[in-house]
Amino acid sequence: MAHFDENAKPFSQKWLDERLAVSTLKRVLQTEYWIPKNINFLWAMGMVLAATFGILLVSGIFLLMYYKPDTNLAFDSVNYTIMSEVGYGWLWRHIHGVGASVVFLIIYIHMFVGIYYGSYKRGRELIWLSGMLLFVTFSAEAFSGYMLPWGQMSYWAGMVITNLFSGGSLEAYGLVEWIRGDYVPGDAFLTRFFMLHVLLLPLAIIGLIVLHFGTLRLPHVNNQDGEEIDFEEAAELYKAGKVKESKVIPFSPVFLSKDVFVMGVYFIFFFYLVFYHFEFAMDPVNFDPADGLKTPAHIYPEWYFLWSYEILRPFSKDLGLIAFGIAQVIFFALPFLDRSPNVAPASRRGLFKYWFWAMLIDMIILTFMGKLPPTDALFANIGLIAALTFFALWIALPIITKKEKKL
Amino acid sequence: MANNTKGRRDFMGMALGGFTALGGIGALYAMKRTWDPLPSVKAAGFTTIDLSAAQPNVLNVEKWRGKPIFVLKKAKDMKTDPRDVVMGDDHFLVAIGLCTHLGCIPAYLGDEHKFKCACHGGEFDASGHQIFGPPPSPLEIPPFKIDGTKLVLGEEGPEYQKMKADGLTV
Repeated sequence: MAHFDENAKPFSQKWLDERLAVSTLKRVLQTEYWIPKNINFLWAMGMVLAATFGILLVSGIFLLMYYKPDTNLAFDSVNYTIMSEVGYGWLWRHIHGVGASVVFLIIYIHMFVGIYYGSYKRGRELIWLSGMLLFVTFSAEAFSGYMLPWGQMSYWAGMVITNLFSGGSLEAYGLVEWIRGDYVPGDAFLTRFFMLHVLLLPLAIIGLIVLHFGTLRLPHVNNQDGEEIDFEEAAELYKAGKVKESKVIPFSPVFLSKDVFVMGVYFIFFFYLVFYHFEFAMDPVNFDPADGLKTPAHIYPEWYFLWSYEILRPFSKDLGLIAFGIAQVIFFALPFLDRSPNVAPASRRGLFKYWFWAMLIDMIILTFMGKLPPTDALFANIGLIAALTFFALWIALPIITKKEKKL
Repeated sequence: MANNTKGRRDFMGMALGGFTALGGIGALYAMKRTWDPLPSVKAAGFTTIDLSAAQPNVLNVEKWRGKPIFVLKKAKDMKTDPRDVVMGDDHFLVAIGLCTHLGCIPAYLGDEHKFKCACHGGEFDASGHQIFGPPPSPLEIPPFKIDGTKLVLGEEGPEYQKMKADGLTV
């Protein structure tokens, strides 16, 4: 057993140290967790995401107290009870709805910052892979949550997305009915997606966040120049008081102050949306109760899934499904498809510079086309070309990065 | 002695692994069964429709397993089709009213004898064949059994089995 100081007062620093190792924990996670100096505000997105997840968790707990997972009661429990009766119920709903939408905006920024600066490359592959797992789990979390108000869009999104599991010409309707627990989305469907949304998936997300942070601890965070820093050497300099000469700063309190500033700006934007523009995260169609005998005129997902929805749409049934499946997982392969050893911002690399911007613009075009009805021939063709470009870019990636000279 | 111990440890390991695998398979099976549709849901999977009162060229929408079912009695001037449900001299289109593209419900345009889906512009003729737009296949025919002038949905009668064998529906 460890040595205990008999004179330590209960709950004093020393007393806690001897029982919980709080000083060691603080040192490892905060004061001696080294962060490179040359990183910009875009590196604060991780903490912004963690904070947004916290907000979603808290607002979700408050919604959970009045929500009823029953096809007859769900719609009114959200749109009447929570919105009109529960004191400040509207606030939790708007926070939850806006948070669910904005969290994807930040995830996409976080992802594209990683791609731009090469933060997925050698030594950091697991950071990328665990991050992509988080993205997929967040997508499932968003989809299952979208079902719960049991409006028209909820119902038909549930219908369309679960139909994807029939595997096109495989016609695996048995599998679809098994997933739904019914022939169409019904009570069994609603209760199991409720379970996924409030327990299983959040649990998985929390576990994955811990893993994501863990994968970061040894290879350390990348920096704006992709410079390889000897963190131990730099840390010694910092601890010796040569703060200026050292290339690193401690996470807490030094870098955290920057994180907190960025979060402050972000929360102004976030609560501006919550209080003045919550409708952007609330589809009007979803304010009609679910009706299995009437379809809305135009079915489309929330903005953050539009790009992959547009990849599904312009092709025939089977081809579309395969394309959609590939688009969901292709980002996982990024560290292995990028054959260049250069860890540097895209602007200092070869053709990758154009690849990055082409991919980003292509996904924005796909997003816009996904929202438009495909009945217009011009837009349908733009969508098809953008979908083909998406795959062409992924095929080109290993070739253009292989040719890249070492910096 | 050393080898003997190793052999025993290996055996213990294998025995433990075997039992764990067995328990794991059992647990997975229980989980799978928990997600299966409930018996009450399956029992509600049959619907009987009386076709004797149907009017020609007027679309009736019934509900079966939560899905809309189109029942259309063909007028004398309308084309017959191998997909028709025949009852005496009357021909009926009986189909699941969900567009085979993404599952929207098409509307029936009686004058033009065709179905039009508002979502993505798909069109089907009065026999359920796709004639325009993105739908990849004809409207599906639900399993049915003819019982006098009644149609039992959810049960596979000989007429349905023949259609299935001919590849007219899935």
